[in-house]
Parts: sequence; structure tokens; C-alpha cells
Amino acid sequence: MKTMPSLLTGLVLTAVFSAPAGADEVQVAVAANFTAPMKTIAADFEKATGHKAQLAFGATGKFYAQIKNGAPFEILLAADDETPAKLEREGVAVPGTRFTYAIGQLALWSAKPGFVDDKADVLKQGTFNHLSIANPRLAPYGAAAVETLTQLGLLGALESKFVQGENIAQTYQFVSSGNAELGFVALSQIYADGKLKGGSAWIVPGNLHNPIRQDAAVLVKGKDNPAAAALMEFLKGEKARAVIKSYGYSL
Amino acid sequence: MLTATDWSAIRLTFELAGVTTLLLLVLGTPIAWWLARTRSAWKGAVGAVVALPIVLPPTVIGFYLLVAMGPNGSVGKLTESLGLGVLPFTFAGLVVASVFYSLPFVVQPIQNAFEAIGERPLEAAATLRASPMDTFFSVVLPLARPGYLTATVLGFAHTVGEFGVVLMIGGNIPDKTRVVSVQIYDHVEAMDYAQAHWLAAGMVVFSFAVLLLLYTLNPTGRRRA
Repeated sequence: MKTMPSLLTGLVLTAVFSAPAGADEVQVAVAANFTAPMKTIAADFEKATGHKAQLAFGATGKFYAQIKNGAPFEILLAADDETPAKLEREGVAVPGTRFTYAIGQLALWSAKPGFVDDKADVLKQGTFNHLSIANPRLAPYGAAAVETLTQLGLLGALESKFVQGENIAQTYQFVSSGNAELGFVALSQIYADGKLKGGSAWIVPGNLHNPIRQDAAVLVKGKDNPAAAALMEFLKGEKARAVIKSYGYSL
Repeated sequence: MLTATDWSAIRLTFELAGVTTLLLLVLGTPIAWWLARTRSAWKGAVGAVVALPIVLPPTVIGFYLLVAMGPNGSVGKLTESLGLGVLPFTFAGLVVASVFYSLPFVVQPIQNAFEAIGERPLEAAATLRASPMDTFFSVVLPLARPGYLTATVLGFAHTVGEFGVVLMIGGNIPDKTRVVSVQIYDHVEAMDYAQAHWLAAGMVVFSFAVLLLLYTLNPTGRRRA
């Protein structure tokens, strides 16, 4: 217990002296699929501006409910373009701040090497028990997966093999644990530094589904926070865009 | 009002809770008996394992069950070699998970009831030449009735209220693993708050009614069990 007072003093001193002049904090709600790139971007942002971005990761629909009920988020990085637009219509997002920060890329992935071929013939052969997709009612990547299967004419044949994750992170977990042989995940989850991290994948061509536009918006709580404005600018900058692309998003 | 998928979720939830409670009463009785009577050094360890689900977040239970019951896990390898396939995403898998998750809510009331009976009725039965089996069914079980009532109601209600574990291993399949709590979660996430309210309010009413029934039928349950 002896160390407690000195530890506390240390914390207080750190808080007082380490923050550069004019440094602010911004609370950001981040779509689950954007977790990995956003951690990198937030670290770069802190280095470049001295502002700090506090990140919360989760499903966009849950963030919507929380924001509508007074959650202290100042920026929303959504997994879709509908939720930010809806929040703007309802007066919770600041008009004129919305923009597309990333366009999601869907991938059919298996944790087993060689299981998914580059023409997705595995889907036609149906040699698997479970196909993991994000709940299409909740997650844009799930809706895109259903559109893709509809385009391929395989929806009816494969629907009975669906297992649904509540968000794209859980969808990935079902596949990575081997419980589902394959699944439609976000390329950002299985891709880093421009290549596949493991297993086998088919990158779904963009013409098989509607584009997964992921929009950001400043929320009313962050209207006058300079750090919120700075982060929105930073997301549009070259450095952040390079990170976003390296995780397999298009822009 | 409630849609067809809502009703299917409700039916599935009660099926799951019913099967789980029956299994737990059968499995929980010998465990509770052993815990109540033993002088073994293992009593503490076994009691702690039984109580674990009370303390652990359902996400921990769900995550480990997903890994263990998956094709790369020990349980998964066993079930596959027995020709049962892997358990996640199946009704049987949910039953296994629920049995583990609700175990303390059934074992502990029964164990308390057994302990409250004490030695004397058993000794009296033995002097009347009752076999241990006979003693158990004619003396112990009737005396432990309040404990069984508490165990049944709590086991059932706790399984109905299960969410985290099902979310982790269920895969949200209609008619197989999509239970009421998951359906409510889906409605909320999809911003369909009216539908969510119907089911959520139903759960509140159900839970209150069940607990009211328990405390009315079993007012001395807490003391005796």
C-alpha cells in the first residue's frame, strides 16, 4: 500500500503535464469490422495532433440504440451509410459532416488452406456443413453475403447451412474456431499489409453485391470538440487512407 | 404483436429449458447427494466447479464451449468420433451448454435440502431395515421436496434467461438455436423496438410470475431447503 500515494501522485502529474497544450479527447464508436485499422489510425492521430481518440468497438445497430439514448460518443464510424444518415435526419448527427471513410470488401474465407478456391466452386459443391454469415438483418456484410449468393443462384441451396454471427467479428470467430468450415467475412479481418494472414479466401467481386459504404459522422455531443473535427480531417488524409487501403478496403 | 418467428423462438426456448431442467434433475441429484454426504477432500473442488457458472461471465463459458466442442476441441473430437458430429449450432449443443450453465441453480438447492435432513431420519430408516435405495426414495426425496421445487423453478427460469452462452455457440438458426433472448437482441439491434418490447415485456411478466409461484408455493423453502 506504500506505493499507492506515490502512484496516485504520478498519475495526477502525468495527467497534468503530459498533455500538450490544446489536447482534447474524443469518444469514437467504431464498427467492429474497422477495429484493426482504427487502432493504427488512432495511434497515428495521437502522435500527429496530440489529441486522444477513445475507441469503442461494436455493432452499428447497438451504437445507434446507445447514441439515441444518450451515450457519450462524439463520432460514429458506422459499418453502413444508412445509420449515419438516419442519425442526421433525427438531429443526433451534425449535418454536413458525413462522408464515406471506407468501402468494405467482402471475402469468402476458410481457416483451412486450400479449402476455398479462387472461383468459389466450393459453394457450388456444397461440401461443408456450416456457412457462417453475419446476420443480414443487422450487418451490411451479412446483407452483401446474401446478395452475392442470390446473384450466384445459390441462396436456396445454401440457406439451410447458414450460421449467423451477430456482427462480423462473431462471424469470423465461427470460422476461425473451425466450427463453420467457411464464411463470408470482411477482408479487413483476414488481410494485413496487403496479403492474406492465413487459410484460404475468395475475394468477392464488387459486382455481385451493393457496395458496402461505411460512413462517418460527427454526433451532436462532439459538435464543439476540436479533437472530433481534427479526427474527421485526419481520416480523410493520405496517411489514414494508406492504412485503410492496406487492410483491404477500397476508397 | 408477435410474429411467427417470435413464436418459434418462444417454443424453442421452453423446449430447451424443459429438456435442460429434466436432465439437470437427473444429473444433479447424485452430485448433490455426494456433495451433501461426502467427507472426501475433493468436496471443496467439486463444489467450486459446480458453482463456477454463477461467477463466470457467460461469454467465457460460451467461448470455451465453442472452442472445446468445435472440430479442433477435445469434446468436438470425441463427439465426431462417436458419429455425433460437432455440437455448436445444434439444439443438442445448446442443451449441453445450458446443463453446464444452469447446474449450480439445480444442484445447490437440492444439496441444501439433503444437508438439512441430517443423519437421524436415515438412521431411523436403517433400523427399520430399509435398503439405502428404499430410504432414498421413501424418506430422502419426500423430505427434500422444497429443495426440488426450488431447483426445478430456478433451473428452468435460469435457462429461459440464458443469453450470452447461446449467442456464442448458437449461430442464430431459426427453430434450432434462435431463442427468445437472442430474438430480442436481434430486434433491438435492427432498431425494431416495438417488436423488442412485446417479447421483452413478456419475459419480465414470465419471470415475475415464476418467482412469485416459487415464493408462494414454497414460503419456507429458504429455511428448509
